[in-house]
Amino acid sequence: MTTMADLATPIMPNWCPGCGNFTIWLSFKNAAIENGWDNTNTSIIAGIGCHGHLVNFTKLTSFEGLHGRPLPLASGVKLANTRLNVFVFTGDGDCFGEGGNHFIHAARRNHDITIMLHDNGLYALTTGQASPLTEHEVKTKSTPTGNPDNPINPLVMAIASGATFVARAYGSDVKQLTEIIKKANEHKGFAIIDILQPCETYNKILTHQFYQDNVYYLEDSYDPKNKTKAFERAHEFGEKKIPLGIFYIEEKPTLESHYVQLESKPLIDIPLDRKNMDNVFNKYL
Amino acid sequence: MPTKVYKLKIAGQAGQGIKSSGLTFARFATRSGFNIYNYFEYPSLIRGGHNVMQINISDGEVSGPSKLTDFLVALNQESIHKHKNSLSEGAFVLYDGASKIKVESLPNSVKLLSVPLSKMAHEIGGQDILINMVALGVVAGMMQGDMTVLQTLVEEEYHDKPEILKADILAIEHGYKYAQENFKDLIESCFKLQNHKKESRMILNGSDSVSLAAVASGLQFSAIYPMSPITGVLSNLAKLQTEFKFIFKQPEDEISAIVMAIGASFAGARSMTATSGGGFCLMTEGYGLAGITETPLVIIEGMRPGPATGLPTWNSQGDLLFVLNAHQDEFPRLVLAAGDLTEAFYMTMEAFYLADKYQTPVVVLLDKNILEHEQSVPKFDISDYRIDRGKMTTEFSPEFKRFLITEDGISPRTIPGVGNFFIANSDEHDEKGFSNEEIENRNNQMNKRMRKLQTFIKNDLPKPTIYGNENADLTIVSWGSNKGSIIQALEEYTNVNYLHLTWMNPFPVDEIINILKNAKKLVILECNYSGQLAILIRQHTGIDITDKILKFDGRPFFVEDIKDIINERLKK
Repeated sequence: MTTMADLATPIMPNWCPGCGNFTIWLSFKNAAIENGWDNTNTSIIAGIGCHGHLVNFTKLTSFEGLHGRPLPLASGVKLANTRLNVFVFTGDGDCFGEGGNHFIHAARRNHDITIMLHDNGLYALTTGQASPLTEHEVKTKSTPTGNPDNPINPLVMAIASGATFVARAYGSDVKQLTEIIKKANEHKGFAIIDILQPCETYNKILTHQFYQDNVYYLEDSYDPKNKTKAFERAHEFGEKKIPLGIFYIEEKPTLESHYVQLESKPLIDIPLDRKNMDNVFNKYL
Repeated sequence: MPTKVYKLKIAGQAGQGIKSSGLTFARFATRSGFNIYNYFEYPSLIRGGHNVMQINISDGEVSGPSKLTDFLVALNQESIHKHKNSLSEGAFVLYDGASKIKVESLPNSVKLLSVPLSKMAHEIGGQDILINMVALGVVAGMMQGDMTVLQTLVEEEYHDKPEILKADILAIEHGYKYAQENFKDLIESCFKLQNHKKESRMILNGSDSVSLAAVASGLQFSAIYPMSPITGVLSNLAKLQTEFKFIFKQPEDEISAIVMAIGASFAGARSMTATSGGGFCLMTEGYGLAGITETPLVIIEGMRPGPATGLPTWNSQGDLLFVLNAHQDEFPRLVLAAGDLTEAFYMTMEAFYLADKYQTPVVVLLDKNILEHEQSVPKFDISDYRIDRGKMTTEFSPEFKRFLITEDGISPRTIPGVGNFFIANSDEHDEKGFSNEEIENRNNQMNKRMRKLQTFIKNDLPKPTIYGNENADLTIVSWGSNKGSIIQALEEYTNVNYLHLTWMNPFPVDEIINILKNAKKLVILECNYSGQLAILIRQHTGIDITDKILKFDGRPFFVEDIKDIINERLKK
């Protein structure tokens, strides 16, 4: 049993009032309480950005690593201890700027981890520069004449890279996000949730109002196993046209399941003592 | 009496099986009771280009490469051109007399062995691919080696490829017979590889010894991206992982390699990565991440000349100051450099122990000469090694202080999944890992981390080794693979000694000052442009060794070079 109090630390959140991170954090804690995630079974990996501060307010053992590198960290953690639920908290700059290469490869390897993409469409912690997900021609501190670059579509990128669970949620819909987090964790393989997160301070376009006016839920009849359809729907974005829900699910062996050495127990439970290496040494005689 | 070393060189075009026949011969010599040192030169190509394998053979110790050759196997014209000026007095030159190879302008003392290698290979039905094996047979015949030893060796190597095995054995036999029948008069003056069984020795290179050491140390996780000269470590670990139940992962780049290894270590696995200087450039941010989060990690850094791509398949000692200074600001790093593959073995095992004990990155610096050159060495002994995870605990403690301020600088360590809560935080943090930018906390945490180095100096820093007579007229100072040639050369002098430095950080300052102050004459040898060890010595001791012999051409110091350096200085 995990309670809200179990997840609390003495540190108060330091996000701006109205920040989309609050409800992402809340949704995650709700899912943790419902599923009993605690320090005996769960670990959190975070990148660097506003999202990463979350480790200080959430009493689950965590690693806040380097900007752009949470995915390799999480890959190592999961391979070392397959018993852990491993959650990666990352931002759109963290994940697709410095972390772009890691994203493609972690997805194609199908590590059994869950990625929470805090997608606010810019770099907030450095006070509002364009990220790889910022729309074309949008003005930011680093693009005063408009963004000359075209954005990455994280859902399309995820499906194309080999992610086996691809979803999008609006961070303020706590109920839906909680459900998706639980499903993403249940899924065996690389699960990513693109979480639309308004940045009240620096993003004057992708606001709470904008999302509330323009998101809709993928219809019940939508089949997330159809890759072609998933690509098609993942391309939708714009006025009244931002679909939310699970776009794509594929059952595929995880990377961890490949290793026979992990079959009986997690790596860290295998004894280290290797006194008898004579057979190997003798091969060099 | 200095050790007598016989020097065989097999040279030809890449793809002619220079390395494989050279290795087979080296094993043959080792099994016959001799010691060997292999030196292999090749360009960064898969086919084409000139390949050379020099096998130094002796019934005493042999530890370094030589310039001179006593027996040259020249498999193409280029081999004659390139090596005719490095033949010793009365050297043998084996070549295909029925081919177009011309053997003009060789020294008069050379004894030519003309053998129709290609014709013989074709007669056996093996085409040119068997030429190296016929040649190997001729060499074995000239040295009157024990054919049963050689046959057993080849059988072990190719037992799963019966057709290759049959052809190889036939080729060797034909070559052997040819030598005995056609060069009766010359055989007597050739080095004799006759069996004199002593203790059986391992024959392996530094990549082998480092990977075996890692496994023997209880390695659980390794992530390595391919790069010369550490690719051998990668392929060994990839092969051994199932049997010894650890993970080897080839990631997308070196950034991922080091960060994955840090992740696995955070989760409780004994972890390592390996790379060369170029890959280490990418790893520098992970290096400091392990430092501030106090995550144990072993890094093998195999040096090759740079910058950038540089000379990918050649030797260097140019990364010393880089490894000592890489990453912004400061964190405790342990840096040690091995002088040969045996040191590399025991140092790698030590590195795993120290990484866990001090909860910080430990770098083992190696040069290409160690990683890629075989040597016959006594079988490794791991019977004394104990797996010790230091202050790691899986006991539950409700208020666990992962970064507790301690006198020795080392805090209790725990891992995720055992109920304890902590944050491995790349931000400056308090004792539990919460981000904290307060003055007092910063000072306490920084001081605590750096205090590990003082603890290390007090408890674990070994004294540097001196080889040779303590009261010498000349003291050579060096490090890395130069050790082999220096020690080999030193056998001929009673008044020269060698200060071999292996601990680069922390640096054994007091001992070094003591040794250098008492030395009559000093010379330092390094394979880099600036004399990086000399800079380090001056930085720590104030002593400036002005007599520096530096080379950065990718080639090692040969035994003959060392003798020249010594002779010049003793004359003065």
